[in-house]
Amino acid sequence: MSESVAIIGVGHSKFGTRKDVNVAELCWEAMKPAFETANLEPKDIDFFVVGTAGMWSSEQAVPALIAEYADLAPKGSMRVEAACATGSAAIRVGYQAIKSGTADLVLVLGIEKMQESANPTVIEMIGRFGSYFWEFENFGLTFPGYYAMHGTAYMLKYGATEEDFARVAVKNHYYGARNPYAQFQREIDIETVLKSPYIAWPFKLYDCSPITDGSACIILASEEKVKEMGIEEKVWILSQGVGTGTANLSRREDFTSLASARYAAEQAYRIAKIENPTKELDGANVHDCFTAPEIIAYEDLGFCKRGEGVELIRNEQTYIGGIIPVNVDGGLKAKGHPIGATGVSQAVEAYKQLLRKAEKGRQADIRVGRWLTHNVGGTGHYAYVTIYGLEKR
Amino acid sequence: MEKEAIEKTGFPIVPDEKSGHLQWVDLRELKIKYTISVEGIKKFFEGLKEGKLLATKCKCGRMFFPPQKDCPSCMKSEMEWVELKKEGTLETLTVIFVRPPSFSMHEPYTVAIAKLDDGVRILSWLRGDPRAVKPGQRVRVEISKRKEGHLMFELVPI
Repeated sequence: MSESVAIIGVGHSKFGTRKDVNVAELCWEAMKPAFETANLEPKDIDFFVVGTAGMWSSEQAVPALIAEYADLAPKGSMRVEAACATGSAAIRVGYQAIKSGTADLVLVLGIEKMQESANPTVIEMIGRFGSYFWEFENFGLTFPGYYAMHGTAYMLKYGATEEDFARVAVKNHYYGARNPYAQFQREIDIETVLKSPYIAWPFKLYDCSPITDGSACIILASEEKVKEMGIEEKVWILSQGVGTGTANLSRREDFTSLASARYAAEQAYRIAKIENPTKELDGANVHDCFTAPEIIAYEDLGFCKRGEGVELIRNEQTYIGGIIPVNVDGGLKAKGHPIGATGVSQAVEAYKQLLRKAEKGRQADIRVGRWLTHNVGGTGHYAYVTIYGLEKR
Repeated sequence: MEKEAIEKTGFPIVPDEKSGHLQWVDLRELKIKYTISVEGIKKFFEGLKEGKLLATKCKCGRMFFPPQKDCPSCMKSEMEWVELKKEGTLETLTVIFVRPPSFSMHEPYTVAIAKLDDGVRILSWLRGDPRAVKPGQRVRVEISKRKEGHLMFELVPI
């Protein structure tokens, strides 16, 4: 049993179009720096978890593949999937393995090589991340489409506009331009977003996160190991909340919020004893697979009241210097969204921000030493809210 | 592409168009087509043929749409099939411009969610100009033949 669990090593591949590497090589690109920062070797790992949605890439038995490539055999492993929250689900398995006392050192890897398949094939596959028969088979919903219905409902209820949504893309590209690991390292303006072609009204090309190849890795350790190894550079997992939503959107009451995310946030805040998130957190990474869901996330996470999320982005309150910096690594929007890697990439960002290791121009002020990540699979089908801290709970 | 590459280089290896990095083009193509059981909800499809939109209703009073066979409230599976009134209010919509390849035979289509007057919600295509409607619009459900040749329900503004 270990009451507390810490991240003691992190690694992150360059996100983007990675035609230069195969699946195993892309895994190693994140694993190697994770071993190095933790000062560990593969033989030290007790258990490893791989988060990958797969389907679009050739290799399906990724835990076995990396056991072979990186000398992790014969240690135990597990592959997990929770749509776009796959990475956080993988962290949960590692976190619980240590909490339960079955392991002291766990490697968690998130990996996706989406561009091994043609773009239309990937669009076809992601559209199936809902209720297959009643949404996809008969009505051809696409992933942007599911979230676009939330964008529409939000605009009509609270008077937000397509220009407001564009502001989220502008912010996230601003920080993506300062992140050397991001897929899109260039700033854009509102006009660029508004002039881009419609994908699923009201979302245009620049409202959408891209199809990305990438990997991210963290190494988790028990409290005892942290002491034994005398590790100074670490961040603790203070709490994690998990929620699930219905498969079919028509079985839900509301399209301006994600009930699963509110449920996960409530748990995470209760365990970490956080009552006033914007005062008790230094920043957050939220699941901006599209622009509107970032605004909805502000509200689901209690950064503001319902309907006021749009004011936060209009007033630039989620830039560094605002009431709470959000997605200052570029978010899914500009950093890229390799499905299984995203949740782990958010954890890497929490580690870098809290330890003041973020690149120039995108380091938030660390005052209270806590960072939040919000990772959503499907359209609120799965929601993980995790709080990281410099001090143990 | 692979054939040419094999003739030229001896392998199905081609340079990536943008980066020039060498790619082995998979020779093993996979086609997936599911067969999905509708045995438990076959009455729904019989209903569509008669122009009816059917939901299941448990003896405990709970109604399900899309229909489901089992009730988790009372753990029973004694459902009654009830006809819905086919009118309701639009709650949200989107227009799918970039379509999955398996829907490429269709023009951009509008997907909407409406709350029917019976209390359940329905997700389907919405007929007509999406710019002419917004949430709050009254809609009715029509059962019509799709391009694929089968019957399906759709929403139509009133």
